[in-house]
Amino acid sequence: MSTAPALPETAAVHWRPRTDARRLRGRGRTWTLTTAAHTVPFIATAGGLFALEPLSFPVGLAALAHAWAIPELYARRGSNVVRPRPRAAAGAEEVALGLLGDLVGHDARELHARTGLVPERGALGVWLVAEAGALLVTPGGRRVFCWCVKVPEPGLPSGDRIAHLLLALRADEAGFATVANLAFSGAPWRLRRRMPPRARPALDAGIRMARVSSRSM
Amino acid sequence: MARLIRMDSTGHSTLAEWTTEDAEAQERAVAAFRRQLDEGYYAVVTEGEGHARQVTELPLDAELVILRRPIAGG
Repeated sequence: MSTAPALPETAAVHWRPRTDARRLRGRGRTWTLTTAAHTVPFIATAGGLFALEPLSFPVGLAALAHAWAIPELYARRGSNVVRPRPRAAAGAEEVALGLLGDLVGHDARELHARTGLVPERGALGVWLVAEAGALLVTPGGRRVFCWCVKVPEPGLPSGDRIAHLLLALRADEAGFATVANLAFSGAPWRLRRRMPPRARPALDAGIRMARVSSRSM
Repeated sequence: MARLIRMDSTGHSTLAEWTTEDAEAQERAVAAFRRQLDEGYYAVVTEGEGHARQVTELPLDAELVILRRPIAGG
């Protein structure tokens, strides 16, 4: 039998190095440094202006607002990967849900019914797969990566969109993370408050699973 | 009964069914499988929870082979 060694979609992003745990840690650190580089100058500006001339505080407040808004915008971009997409016809949705239910266990089915996200343990951490992206909670649960990745096929029911991503993830986790575009990386609390309320329990469950995985390693 | 299914706008469609004893059904399944790969689908065999394998030839001993569209970064 012929078995493909890697996700074929990685050929479309051949310039990207294949993702592994070390590269992922590096990308997380780079993301944090970039965010700091965008926010620290605004904080320093606000502090400097206030020290030089206290009456300049309105300008300082505007600078602090920028420093607050930039990480919030990044987190919002990350949360967009788990926002639900328009539904297909009811019949198709039911059929697709049946197939998705066959692919996952009882706990994952239950979490999907409540939150719209499917949890999946991987070598890189705990994944929470949505219709047009996935969250990856790293071992220990202290950092989350938001990946934008989808099936560019209109008209697919929600369950099939998730099943597409889930099967690709299971076939080649590192390849999946290589193909996907990183939308956000940071502390889970920063992402959580920007997520749709219905999806938040999925992140909580992912963090719990990542902590348990981390302890058992 | 093994099945070849394709995820599509209907939820999924069963394209072929076969058993190890039915050579004709197997041939039809292999032909349907190749047509779908030519149309750009990828084939995945599920191997229990958490495991799947991408294949380029129809594994006749598999119970379920799923055809999916390529994914892409958004």
